[in-house]
Amino acid sequence: MSSEFKVQSSTSSGASPPPARIPHYLSLYAALWRNSVIREMSFKVSFLMWIVVEALWFVLQLSFIGVLYLHTESIGTWTKWQVVALVGTSHLIQQLFTALFLTNLTALSEHIRTGKLDFMLLLPVNTRFLVSFRQVDLGGFISAAGALCVIGYALHRLGHTPGVAQVAGFFLLVLVGILIHYSLMLMLSASSFWTVRAQGIVWGYYNLFNIARLPDEAFRGPFKAVFTFVLPMLLVSNVPVKLLVDKLGSPFEILLLVALAAIIFAASELLWRTALKRYTSASS
Amino acid sequence: MEKYWHVLNIGLQNTMVYRLNFLFRATFGLIPLIAIISVWRAIYEGKAGGQVASYGLSQMISYYLVITIVDALTAVTEDDWQIAADIKDGNISQFLLKPMDYLTYRLCLFGAGRIVYAVFAVVPTCAFIWLLRDNFILPPDAATACWFAVSVALTALLQFLFSFTLALLAFWVLEVATFIFIAFAFEYLAGGHLFPLDLLPPAVAGALDYTPFPYMLFFPVSIWLGRVTGDALWLGLLVQLLWVVAAYALARGVWNRGIKKYSAVGG
Repeated sequence: MSSEFKVQSSTSSGASPPPARIPHYLSLYAALWRNSVIREMSFKVSFLMWIVVEALWFVLQLSFIGVLYLHTESIGTWTKWQVVALVGTSHLIQQLFTALFLTNLTALSEHIRTGKLDFMLLLPVNTRFLVSFRQVDLGGFISAAGALCVIGYALHRLGHTPGVAQVAGFFLLVLVGILIHYSLMLMLSASSFWTVRAQGIVWGYYNLFNIARLPDEAFRGPFKAVFTFVLPMLLVSNVPVKLLVDKLGSPFEILLLVALAAIIFAASELLWRTALKRYTSASS
Repeated sequence: MEKYWHVLNIGLQNTMVYRLNFLFRATFGLIPLIAIISVWRAIYEGKAGGQVASYGLSQMISYYLVITIVDALTAVTEDDWQIAADIKDGNISQFLLKPMDYLTYRLCLFGAGRIVYAVFAVVPTCAFIWLLRDNFILPPDAATACWFAVSVALTALLQFLFSFTLALLAFWVLEVATFIFIAFAFEYLAGGHLFPLDLLPPAVAGALDYTPFPYMLFFPVSIWLGRVTGDALWLGLLVQLLWVVAAYALARGVWNRGIKKYSAVGG
């Protein structure tokens, strides 16, 4: 059943899918969006407060960089405003991921624990689609816009005007980064099919986000290898920024990021199917 | 007093359920720690003198390691959420009837939680410190170690009272989570979680001295590293104690006002 998701997400017009599939899912997603907007607007104060919280943590990270660069000229070859762009990009990816997926994926363990997933399995929609896209966290988009401003300002301070191709490539790689975060988080959440107590998932994942905003050159040895090739946190925001500021060592890095994203996405789909196969509902 | 021993005991048993969780937490918590130490190593490599604001590399690495130790012993993890939930769901009604003081009750649970966490975090943390033993600085002498222990105890109280008071906001507002996160963000920076506070511009660091935040983490770590000695040590401990007393008074005051405002769910 989850193969439908693949059909839905691929743009190629294969022969097998019924013609109305993609528009159907798009209109579904539009309805989910409408719901989310209505939900958010009924808690206006809380909505605004969460934006403040996110902004504060962002400022905190930036001030950390500011303080570091009071005492040093560079980290490896990374200069201050390059790192600011890096922190901004990491925040951008993290916030877009939060806006689109985070709430949905962390709710999965609750759906499994309470048996609500049964209900979702019965609906005539692809379950992975529903689990992934159910709710939209609008505050995340506002925070992401803030991150874009910071990236823009950093580029201005660097005196660097990237070309159109660079900007387009940057945004494409940001999407690839979101895909990586999404797939990894889905796998983490799907672990609650096996252990019902899957708390701490968000917390554990937060630790990974922490690494993504640091310049890759600071790391070496097994730590760097693991977080480059297994959990590519050191690529997710580093590669797009390097592309943007002409820092890229070789195009191989982009290739690696995209290839790893594809592998991780495939792995998440595999795990998802295996998990659903052995799902026996909450009370049984 | 005896009844609170029972609370502590129950708290220990309850938190033992989460022992695996704690072990994971402590282990995964090492990832950002490794990351930050790596960044500092890279910075020190580019430094000719090997000094950043009077910190040598070993001192800097030890700073973050000691933070991890103090954090394991004093950080409030679940307690504030539980207190807020107790108020929101009306669970505190029973404490108004029982001869049991809610603040002391919560303090016992907090203590129990920290003991269990520390016991399970000790394995991964010590293993990690052992790996970095070449750069790990021990307190200069036994007396310093004792004063460190005293300061950590005060830090724990301060952390607890701060979170307790914050959670009591649940008497007045529906969602305290945002307030808790905002306060936590401030404490994260001003307490010295991110970097030693003497790395800040002197004016900012000086201003922070007049807030309780440095005494919620930075101060005990500085004692361990032997950066606070003599009169500064005494004065610092005295100020820390005063902050604890002030936080206690505030917590009591807010509790009393909150109780007046409180109307139990469904009642």
